[in-house]
Amino acid sequence: MKTFLHNFDKAFENKVRLGIMSALMANEYLDFKAVKELLQITDGNLASHLKSLEAKKYITVHKEFLDRKPNTKYKATPQGRSAFEKHIKALEDLLN
Amino acid sequence: MNKQKYLEDLHDIKEMMSRSSRFISLSGLSGVSAGIIAIIAAFAAYKTVYAHQDYLGYRVAVLTTESLIRLLGIGVVAVILAIGGAIFFSTRKARKKSQPVWSIQTKRMVTNLLIPLVSGGLLTVLLLFKGYVGLVAPLTLVFYGLALVQASHFTLKEVKSLGILQIGLGLLATYFIGYGLLFWAVGFGILHIIYGVVMEIKYPS
Repeated sequence: MKTFLHNFDKAFENKVRLGIMSALMANEYLDFKAVKELLQITDGNLASHLKSLEAKKYITVHKEFLDRKPNTKYKATPQGRSAFEKHIKALEDLLN
Repeated sequence: MNKQKYLEDLHDIKEMMSRSSRFISLSGLSGVSAGIIAIIAAFAAYKTVYAHQDYLGYRVAVLTTESLIRLLGIGVVAVILAIGGAIFFSTRKARKKSQPVWSIQTKRMVTNLLIPLVSGGLLTVLLLFKGYVGLVAPLTLVFYGLALVQASHFTLKEVKSLGILQIGLGLLATYFIGYGLLFWAVGFGILHIIYGVVMEIKYPS
């Protein structure tokens, strides 16, 4: 069992970060509001988890203006996608 | 950390991936209501197209400008009622599961549904005014089917099978051109009702 543990990604131990990453895996990009609606958590909580995923370079943040309103788009990086896939593989291996 | 938590994680991942990319609140009841509306509309259209005819004589679709406008009116009312039903039942389902209704996922599904649907609708109306009444039923079926197949990438995957069946019916209706209304009633009426009942059992509101 121990051999699988190194594939476990600490970043995805948290439910919110796992949720953010799952949503970004299935979409090209999502904006802050869409992620918030999906996870149904507070702005502050979501922002801190997004920041930590950004710090790990698992997601990129793209800020722009839509009708003069700020709009932040989040996108999974190739690095984040492969880390996530490894994490899922590790979960599946553990269950089999 | 134990097995239960891993299983839960995998389940959450799957659920989030589907919920974030698809409109999953589509209610089966909207299919049933659309089906009932379609059957009533088909009956009304039948009465309009084959009005004032001898019971024993050959049935010929006679269209005056007046009946053409009436036919168009029936179509427009049926579409509005069916869409209204879909919005009503899906909103109710989304509310019950406390999910946003007009989300990015809904918008994506609706845009993908509307592009083939509106093109087909406009084409049909143009052909109707050029006198090609017989093509109305087959073409609306084909375009509706294409719209469903397209939209199915952004909602419940079963919608794709319904779309393929509608396309098949539309093609058959093109071959058996005089029976358009019958095919139309089967596609928009009966198939919708069957689909709606199956979906309601599979994903209860």
